Amino acid sequence: MDSGLITQFIQQIINGVSLGSIYALIALGYTMVYGIMRLINFAHGDIYMLGAYVGFFVTTQLQLGFFPALICAMVAIGIAGVLIEKLVYKPLRASSKISILITAIGMSLFLEYTTMYFLTPQPRTFPPVLPNTIFHLGDVIISFQQLVILGSTVVLMLLLWYVVQYTKMGKAMRAVSYDTDAALLMGINVDHVISFTFALGSALAGAAGVLVGIYYNTIDPLMGIMPGLKAFIAAVLGGIGIIPGAMMGGIILGVVEALVSGFISSTFRDAAAFGILIVILLIKPTGLLGKNQTEKV
Amino acid sequence: MQIIKSLRKFDLALLVLSVAVFAVLEVLIDMRIISSFWRLQIILIGINVILAASLNLINGITGQFSLGHAGFMAVGAYVSAIMTMWYDLPFGAALLIGGLAACIIGVLIGIPTLRLDGDYLAIATLGMGEIIRICILNIQAVGGASGLTGIPRLTTFAWVFWIMVITLFFLKNMINSTYGRSCISVRENAIAAAAMGINTTFAKVLAFAIGAFFAGLAGGLFSHYFSIAHPSSFTFLNSYNYLTMVVLGGLGSMTGSITGAALITFITAALSDYPEVRMIIYALCLILLMLFRPQGLFGSQEGSLLLRRLMNRRKEAKANGSTLGNN
Amino acid sequence: MKHLKKIVCASAAAVLAAAALTGCGGGEEKSDTIKIGTDLEMTGNQAAYGQDAMRGAQLAVDEINKAGGVLGKKIELVSLDNKSEPSEAASAAQKLVDEGVVAVVAPNMSSNALAAVPILNGAKIPSISPGGTNPKITVDENSGKVIPYSYRACFIDPYQGKVMASFVADKLGKKKVAILIDNSSDYAKGLAKFFTEAFTAKGGTVVGTEAYLQKDTDFNAVLTKIKDLDPDFIYVPGYYQEVGLILKQARAMGITVPFGGGDGWDSPTLAEIAGADALAGTYYSNHYAIQEDNKKVMDFVNAYKAANNQEPGVFGALTYDTIHLLAQVIKDAGSADPQKIADGLAALKSFSGVTGDMSFTDTHDAKKAAFILTFKDGKPVFADKISAD
Repeated sequence: MDSGLITQFIQQIINGVSLGSIYALIALGYTMVYGIMRLINFAHGDIYMLGAYVGFFVTTQLQLGFFPALICAMVAIGIAGVLIEKLVYKPLRASSKISILITAIGMSLFLEYTTMYFLTPQPRTFPPVLPNTIFHLGDVIISFQQLVILGSTVVLMLLLWYVVQYTKMGKAMRAVSYDTDAALLMGINVDHVISFTFALGSALAGAAGVLVGIYYNTIDPLMGIMPGLKAFIAAVLGGIGIIPGAMMGGIILGVVEALVSGFISSTFRDAAAFGILIVILLIKPTGLLGKNQTEKV
Repeated sequence: MQIIKSLRKFDLALLVLSVAVFAVLEVLIDMRIISSFWRLQIILIGINVILAASLNLINGITGQFSLGHAGFMAVGAYVSAIMTMWYDLPFGAALLIGGLAACIIGVLIGIPTLRLDGDYLAIATLGMGEIIRICILNIQAVGGASGLTGIPRLTTFAWVFWIMVITLFFLKNMINSTYGRSCISVRENAIAAAAMGINTTFAKVLAFAIGAFFAGLAGGLFSHYFSIAHPSSFTFLNSYNYLTMVVLGGLGSMTGSITGAALITFITAALSDYPEVRMIIYALCLILLMLFRPQGLFGSQEGSLLLRRLMNRRKEAKANGSTLGNN
Repeated sequence: MKHLKKIVCASAAAVLAAAALTGCGGGEEKSDTIKIGTDLEMTGNQAAYGQDAMRGAQLAVDEINKAGGVLGKKIELVSLDNKSEPSEAASAAQKLVDEGVVAVVAPNMSSNALAAVPILNGAKIPSISPGGTNPKITVDENSGKVIPYSYRACFIDPYQGKVMASFVADKLGKKKVAILIDNSSDYAKGLAKFFTEAFTAKGGTVVGTEAYLQKDTDFNAVLTKIKDLDPDFIYVPGYYQEVGLILKQARAMGITVPFGGGDGWDSPTLAEIAGADALAGTYYSNHYAIQEDNKKVMDFVNAYKAANNQEPGVFGALTYDTIHLLAQVIKDAGSADPQKIADGLAALKSFSGVTGDMSFTDTHDAKKAAFILTFKDGKPVFADKISAD
C-alpha cells in the first residue's frame, strides 16, 4: 500500500513536470513582455493557441515532421507577435496601463473568435508525429512524448538564456527592462527591443502550442484561456520579469496541480493554483525569485 | 455654505431627473412601446450600471486594480437566492443580506490582499474571484455545476432602477465625503496620503467593502431576474467585462461608468442578430475605442462638469458673437 | 472641448439607434414564412455542440423548403446565439419572442435551457430542447407540475444511466465499476448518479468516483488514481473532447479494461482524438446509431456530410429531428399558430426520425429506444438496442 502511494506520488510528479514545463514556456513570454513594458499581455494565451493551429496545418497539410513543425510555428508566431505589438500595443505605449490592458483583453477575444469563425469551434486532432512509445521504470510510466516535451523545453530555455545573457540584443533587453529611459539615452532603440521581445516571447508560446497539440493531440480556439492564465500565475509565482523565475513557477504550478488532482480532487486544482499564488503574493509579493523593492516617494 | 447649497440643489435636480427618466421608461414599458427584448436589456443596463459604478469606486476612485468583481456578484446572487427560496424572506431583505454577505467576503479578501498593489493586486483579486466560483461549483446544496435553479422571478424594472439610483447617489455622496476624499488621496499618492495622516488601509478596505456590497446587490437582482444562478455567469471573463465598462466610460467618472455600462450592454444586444461575428465585432470595438480614446469617453471627469463648461463656452461664444455682430 | 462634441454626437447616435431598434421589434406582420427560432450555443465553451445543432437545423429547414415548405409557406430560421451562458440564453429567448417566432429550438445545454424555458413558456411559445436532458427543463421544480409549453426531443438522464447499467451488469457481466465524472456538467453528474443507483441495484459495486473539469487536458493524475482501484469497467459520462483524451491517456498508461459513457461521446472527433486502438472495448449509449441498413439514417448522414463536409454529431441529429417534428406538427394542425403547435405537440402520437420512432411521455420527454454502440476500427457500430419501457 505504502509503496503504491509512493509510486503514485512519483507518477504525479512526472505528470506535473511535463505539464509545468508547458506552463513555463508560455510564462516566459509573459514575463519578458512584462519585464520590458510592464504590460500583462492577456492575449498571450491566444498566441499560444495560434501556435498550435500553425503546427496543426503544417503537420496535416504539408506533412512535415516534428522539428520542422516546431520551427515553422515558432517563426510564424514570432512574426504574428510582432505584428500585434506594432499594430495594437505600440500606439498605446504612452496611455495608461489599464487601457492597454483592456486592449489586450480585446485582442485576446479577437484572436479567439476570428479563429473560431474561420476554423470552426470543432476541436482538431493532431496527426501522430511522434511514436507512442512508453517506458516503464518499475510501476512508474514515462511516455516518449513527455520526454520530448521536457527535452524541447530545456533546449529552448537554454537558447533563451544564451540570447538574453550573451547577445547584444539580450543585453539591450535587460537594459530596457532595468530602466527604459536610461536605455533610450544610451542609444538603445527601444522600439526594436520591444518588438524583439514580443517575437521571442510569442515564438516560445508558439512552440508550447505545438508541444501541447502533440501531447494531448486536440486543439480548439478557446484552448488558450486557462493555460494563459495559469502561465501568468506561474510568472508571478516565480517573480515576474525574471526569466528563471518563470521556469521555476511553471514547474511548481504543474506539480502542485498534478498532486492536487491526484490526491485531493481535480475540481479543486484551479482553486489550488490560485491559492498558492495568493499565498506567495502575501508572503513575498515580488515572487519567489523577486527582489524586494522599497517604496519610493 | 454656498457650495453646499448648490450641491444640494444639484442633488435635487438629479433626483427630479431620475424620477422623470423612470416615469418615461415605465410608461414606455407599460404601453409595450419598448419590446420585451429591449425591456430585458434596460434591466441588464441597470444591473450593469450598479456593477460598473461600484467597480469604479474601487478601480477609478481609489485606484486599486481589482479583477474579482464577478466573484462578489456571485456571492450576492447565491446568498439572496437562498434567502428567498429557503427562508421565504421578502425580496428587499434578501437583497440586503446578499449585499452584506458580499461585503463581508470583500472585507475578508480585502484585508490581506490590499497590501499588494498594481498588477499584483489585479491578479490576486482575479484569483480570489475564481476561487469563489470554484467553491460554489463544488457546493452541491446550491446546485454545483447545474446552478441554482427555480429562483422566484422577483426583479422588476422598478427594483433595478431605484436600487441603481440609490447606488449612484450613495457613491456620489461618498466620493464627496471625507472618506471619499481619502480614497482619492490613496489613488493620487498613497505615501503622501499616509504622511498626511490618512489611514490608507482603512480607505482601501472601505472602498472594497462598499464596492463588494453593491456588486452583491446587483448579483441578487441578476439571479432573481433570470431565475437561475449559474457559475458560468460569474467567470473572470465577466469581471473583464465590467472593468471594460468602467474604463470605456473613463476611470474615476461615475457618468462614465453609467455610459460605459449602457454602451457595452447595448453593443452586446445589438450584435445578437449576428451570432457568428458578434464577438469579433465586440473585440474590434474594444480595441478601436482604446486606440482612439484610451482615457475613456469621459476621462476622469463627470458629465455635469463637462455640461457646465459647455454651457459657459456657449455663453462666451454668444457674447463674442454679439460683439462681432456689432462691429 | 472637441471631445465633448464627439461624445454628444455618439450618444445621440446611440439613442437614435436604440429607438430604431425598439421600433422594429414591436410590429407583427403577416408574412409568407413560418418563423422558427433557435437559441443555441454558437459561441463560448460549448460552441462546437451548438454549431453542430445549428447545421442539423439548417439541413432540415433546407429539405423542408425544397419540398415546398409547410402549409404552402417556407420555414425561416431566426437563429440567435446564447454564448453558452444562461443569462444570454434568456436574453435570446426574449428576443425570439419579440421576433414573433411560432416555436423555438431551446438550448441543448441544460443550464441554458433552464434559463430560456420560463420566458418562452410565459409567452406561450412552444419550445423543444433537442438534447437538454435535465428533468427540470420540462417539469417545474417548485410546483412539480409539467411546464405546458416545454418539450424535449431526447430521453432523460435517469433512463440513459439505467440502460448503460443494465448493459454493463447483464450483457458484459461486470461487477466492479469506477466512475470518472465531468464535474462541471450537470449532465455527467446526473448520468453518474442514475448509473450508480441502477448498477448497485443489480448487485454491482462502484469502487470509486473521481472527477475532472471541462477543458481539462491532462488526466494522468486522476487516471493513476483510478488504476490503483483496479476496476473491471470504467464509466465516463462526459463529452467527447475530454473523453477522447481520457481514453488515449488511459490506454497509454496500461489501463486495458472496457470503458463506457453516454451520448456525449458521440462525435467523429472522438476517434480522431483517442485513436482507433484506444477505442477498442468501449461502449456508449446513444440516441441513434449509424446503421448501414437504415435508409433514413444513412440519407441524413450523407446529406449532412454533403452540406457541411463533416460528419454529424448527436446534437446535429437531434436538432434535425426537432425541426422535422415541428414541421409535421404544424402540418397536422393545419396552422402555424403557437397555441395550435403546443396542442399538436401534446397530442402527438408518433414521429419517425433519424433518432428513432418517438412520442412524448406525460412529462414531455421523448419516449424512444436507446442504442448501445461500440467501436470497430474507430467507427461506432451498433451493439445493442434497448427499447423504451
